[in-house]
Amino acid sequence: MRFLRSSDAIILAILAVAMIFIGLVNPAFWQMSNLFSLLKENVVIGIMALGVLLVMISGGIDVSFTAFAVAGMYLVVRSMVALDYNGLVLPFASTIIIGGLLGLMNAGIIHKFKMIPLIVTLGTASVVRGLVLGLVGTSNVNINKMPEALVNFGKTDLFVLERANGSTYGLTAMIVIYLGLAVALHLVLKHTMIGRSVYAYGADPEAAKRVGFSTGRTMIFVYVTAGALAGFAGLLHSSMIWLANPRDFVGLELDVIAAVVLGGASIFGGRGTVLGTVLGVFILVMIQNSLILMGIDTTWQRVVVGAMLVAAVTVTALRDRRALV
Amino acid sequence: MATAPLIELRNISKRFGGVRALDDVSLTLDAARIHCLAGENGSGKSTLIKIVSGVYQPDEGEILIDGKPVGKLDPATSIAHGVQVIYQDFSLFPTLTVVENLALNTFLREGKTRIDWTRARKMARDVLARLDVTLDLDATVETLPAAGRQIVAIARAMLADARLIIMDEPTTTLTGREVERLFRIVRDLQADGIATLFVSHKMREMLEISERLTVFRNGKKVTEGPISDYDERSITRAMTGRDLHQGHFIAPDVSGREPRLELRNVTVGDKAQGINLTLMPGEIVGMSGLIGAGRKAIAQAIFGLRSDMSGEMLVDGKPVMPKNVPEAIAAGIAYVPEDRLSEGLFLTRSIRDNAIVSSLSRFAPHLWLDAEKAGEETHKMFGEMAISAPGIDVPVGTLSGGNAQRVMIGRWLMTDARVLILNGPTVGVDVGSKEQIHGIIQDLTRNNDLAVLMISDDLPELAANCNRVLCMTEGRITGELAGDALTEEALDAALSNEKQGEPA
Repeated sequence: MRFLRSSDAIILAILAVAMIFIGLVNPAFWQMSNLFSLLKENVVIGIMALGVLLVMISGGIDVSFTAFAVAGMYLVVRSMVALDYNGLVLPFASTIIIGGLLGLMNAGIIHKFKMIPLIVTLGTASVVRGLVLGLVGTSNVNINKMPEALVNFGKTDLFVLERANGSTYGLTAMIVIYLGLAVALHLVLKHTMIGRSVYAYGADPEAAKRVGFSTGRTMIFVYVTAGALAGFAGLLHSSMIWLANPRDFVGLELDVIAAVVLGGASIFGGRGTVLGTVLGVFILVMIQNSLILMGIDTTWQRVVVGAMLVAAVTVTALRDRRALV
Repeated sequence: MATAPLIELRNISKRFGGVRALDDVSLTLDAARIHCLAGENGSGKSTLIKIVSGVYQPDEGEILIDGKPVGKLDPATSIAHGVQVIYQDFSLFPTLTVVENLALNTFLREGKTRIDWTRARKMARDVLARLDVTLDLDATVETLPAAGRQIVAIARAMLADARLIIMDEPTTTLTGREVERLFRIVRDLQADGIATLFVSHKMREMLEISERLTVFRNGKKVTEGPISDYDERSITRAMTGRDLHQGHFIAPDVSGREPRLELRNVTVGDKAQGINLTLMPGEIVGMSGLIGAGRKAIAQAIFGLRSDMSGEMLVDGKPVMPKNVPEAIAAGIAYVPEDRLSEGLFLTRSIRDNAIVSSLSRFAPHLWLDAEKAGEETHKMFGEMAISAPGIDVPVGTLSGGNAQRVMIGRWLMTDARVLILNGPTVGVDVGSKEQIHGIIQDLTRNNDLAVLMISDDLPELAANCNRVLCMTEGRITGELAGDALTEEALDAALSNEKQGEPA
């Protein structure tokens, strides 16, 4: 079967092996509460990774999404506090729009001036982060000030289990949102022309133009979606940790990009699947989490994430190296 | 006339800055005809393709399709009229599957927003059946050989309801057998009422496949007519404006001297076995064979690019076993690869930088580059190689194929090489420039006492420039032609014997 030879199958195998290994080292890994908390940690990184996946398939790379997430999250939460607004739909709509508009800015600069996405997003990330801190504020919005609706939303569990000692733990309902977004993106990528145009553009921008794709539209779709997903993830993150920190997500770009590459997306563009990315995110979060379980100092996590990124990039680059005819 | 021609160009002119790319050109393409457009690089062929496909708008003249003037032709209109161009790079999506490469175009044209994969598969199966070829529909295009990619490109054009398929140098990357299949497909297309415009500079193929021939030179149409009016000589004459010199290269008598290069029972991985080869000073030895016969592996091994070489190699009688390129260069070996764009030249750097790069230790012995000496020697090489460029400071990327190749060869001469290996020395070089490069190679060999190993698929090139030619089959040297026995026909016969031996 073709699936068995695909990158997704290999990633799944790696995941299985890693899970068995970690479980052997520390059986606590298999406790339901640990698995639930693992899944919870997947949500925010996962939603951001979906956006990064889109950008990577189009042959670009995005490091601005964490800044956009902060912008959407902090702006919305501060506004809610200032206006004493307690709702859900409008705030989430706003953060999505903020992220989307910032993404549009990326798309415009990259497409109009034919610039390298890495440099453009490095620049916009810095500008956006600076503006948020300079114009909106630098102080955290803590649990005592956080809008109640957001906090309650973030607390929602799908179901709750009880430990022997009577304390409870649950599986966050946010996982449904994450997986729903993943399925939606999968369907868009696989079954719509705009989705395929992203692959086409990533494979060969010149050929995409010759075939008649509107490449400007593709770029807008890619970066606006990535920005919107980042904005959404930002506010969701804040509602899950009951805190809005304008300096949040620093360095998270690396984790997310590592997860997407781990998931088999090609840094050269034209290749990548939602399933692979979801698995890649899971592997990354699981390994970070397990280092803690295994009692390894958290400072070593950075070493591990970096090493994983380099290893994954090397493996995919070897895979993508064009066969010499 | 009973029916109007498919496409008629009337008095088309196109200028780029001060350069006239096309000068008052008229061309008529009839439905279901195989037409060949020939011309050297820069003769205006590409400009014409781009005008027919709507990428460029002519400055003067008009375009008629089915007898009706179309006014301004843009790419979408051109495609709507059934014009499809297959570029040399095929413009396919390497990471997408065959099905998708075939179907995307059609869906895009139909303005679909969703993809019907069942219909896509059926479309792909049907069109490949029409072409009578089998391809793995789910394979990604990057995994197909060049010939397979070309089939996909042709099938894609057919799905676009093409009435005219323009093929830009379609045979450059194909083997003999694949060319035969391409010709079969083009004739099938013709039976279906689809016209083909071949843009080529390969005589043999033009004469075999096309019905009408048009030759461009310097943006002007110089001759046109049914193919039966032409032969190789007259086409060459039309393309270059002069007769090409034909004849053998005669090596000087060097009996008694030490061979420049000797291979004794050399084996290179599983690519070549038991190779014995001797190159005398002043000799140009050709190597003929199919792609995959092991010619390239031998060249790379001699140049220190392969680690899996065993056997004995001697340069001027001294045993040498280069492990890497610097060792090979130090031993006096030079290698001009087939693909000079990706393997050889630094396109954004100047001619001088490209020329001195392989002999940097000579020009920069103590960290600093001796710019004066580098410039001087580059100028000398510039003259010897008859490079036509504004100066030695222009980027190599701005040069024509022929001039770029001269820089490449010149670079190696500056290393004081004694053994020169040329792989496809004139691939992508136009006819006139080709002859000059041949002349330069022959003169250098004679005057500088070089030994040259020339690998080429171009049989006339081998016949005209070598004093002997070795034929390779499946990693072994299976024959040698020299003297009067060395003719194009004999080389061709040797190759076709080999092809018949191949499994189907």
